[in-house]
Amino acid sequence: MVIEVKDVSVRYILGDFKDIGLKEYVLRKIKRQYHVKEFLAVNGVNFSLEKGDMLGIVGSNGAGKSTLLKVITGIMVPTKGIVKVEGTIAALLELASGFDGDLTVRENTYLRGAMLGYTREYMNRMYDEIIDFAELSEFQDRPFKQLSSGMKSRLAFSIASLVNPDILILDEVLSVGDGAFRKKSEKKMLEIIHGGATTILVSHSLDQVREMCNKVLWLDKGRQVAFGPCEEICDRYEEFLAKK
Amino acid sequence: MIEKMKKNRFLFEELVKRDFKKKYKRTILGMFWSVLSPLFMLLVMAVVFTQFFGRSTPHYIVYMFAGNLIYSYFKEATNGGMSSLVSNSAIFTKVNVPKYLFLLSKNVSSLINFGLTLVVFFIFVAADGLPFRWTFFLLLYPICCLVVFNIGVGLILSALYMVFRDIQYLYDIFTLALMYFSAIFYTIDSYALQFQYLFYTNPIYVYIRYFRKIVIDNDIPEPSFHLLCAFYALLVLIIGAVIYKKYNYKFLYYV
Repeated sequence: MVIEVKDVSVRYILGDFKDIGLKEYVLRKIKRQYHVKEFLAVNGVNFSLEKGDMLGIVGSNGAGKSTLLKVITGIMVPTKGIVKVEGTIAALLELASGFDGDLTVRENTYLRGAMLGYTREYMNRMYDEIIDFAELSEFQDRPFKQLSSGMKSRLAFSIASLVNPDILILDEVLSVGDGAFRKKSEKKMLEIIHGGATTILVSHSLDQVREMCNKVLWLDKGRQVAFGPCEEICDRYEEFLAKK
Repeated sequence: MIEKMKKNRFLFEELVKRDFKKKYKRTILGMFWSVLSPLFMLLVMAVVFTQFFGRSTPHYIVYMFAGNLIYSYFKEATNGGMSSLVSNSAIFTKVNVPKYLFLLSKNVSSLINFGLTLVVFFIFVAADGLPFRWTFFLLLYPICCLVVFNIGVGLILSALYMVFRDIQYLYDIFTLALMYFSAIFYTIDSYALQFQYLFYTNPIYVYIRYFRKIVIDNDIPEPSFHLLCAFYALLVLIIGAVIYKKYNYKFLYYV
């Protein structure tokens, strides 16, 4: 068992506390108008993955997909339940964010590598390969903000995927770059999976999920609708979408 | 544990590099700006206050410089530290990294600035005819305390700033008031004794006083004075660490 998610719920808070100043906060507290809404973004989710599994997570917007990924990567802690993860995780959540526009491509590559938990020696060894894969050799010393958004995503994908993590998490990322790069990245993904890594993919493209995943988790408004083999769940989900 | 430290070290180094580059991009003088600014402040103070306090205070320029040196470092480190969480929120909501690293990396660049200013300070000390003594090595003690103190205040401020953005303005007022209460350009001798003791509730004044005792008065502070230095530093560090521990997973709600 590489990833085990047992009865996991995550409470999210929303409401007045954001973007209000100190004065507003004190006033509302006094007037008892300070409201914080709590809701379960993820509610009682159960599943487990073995080595080499590729899980697709499907569901409409706001189903709790990204929150669930944040729990698995350890950015958030579950309010209830346990998440057990074995091995190193490389997560690509909302790809191009977290890069620094003022730094060069080279510096950003190292910074991102460091964030993903790789060592400097490892990055030294992998650097050329990463840049080659992202097709950014001529841009190495350009400021990052001068890149096109497709190039940015390509770089992010290359860094996370070329370093052979035990667990790779992809949130809406396989739609990056032009057609040629997409083919290349899908090929790379399959290579990683066949290399024994466990992968989680969030995608709105059912075709992509069908093509690549062997298991599917279907979430709706935080609740787990189904978890199981790919074809079966995908068919049910498609039916559900058609009925809507 | 060691594995984890090694991993974090790489990230820490990269963050320090980034903060440095961002701070001084497109400035010709680069980090010397940071040394020049306390010097300008010193110049202004010297012009304005020498008339009032200069005659009664021996080595008045060095006296003021010691105050400015400590105060500027404190102000720069904590002001920079305050935004460390907010400005890196795009990172810690996407990648699981220890959040205090952002603050530490900001503190490194202010510490380097402090080091440069310290060198200039010693040039002034020499120019003023004050002899260098072995006791100058004792200055490492208040410097260490100050580093810890600044990190602690930075932890507290960065957490507060995440929740209330107006802390920024309040803190500006606070630091301005602190400057006047830290006896940077005046001596506290003219106050009654009980008021003089009140100054020791101000940690910045305590650190400044340590510097002046060693450099100007050629006097080694008492053990209790050392304890006071460490007490303030550890107190804020512990408060800051507790806040970070408690809110570690809650900061992301405020992004």
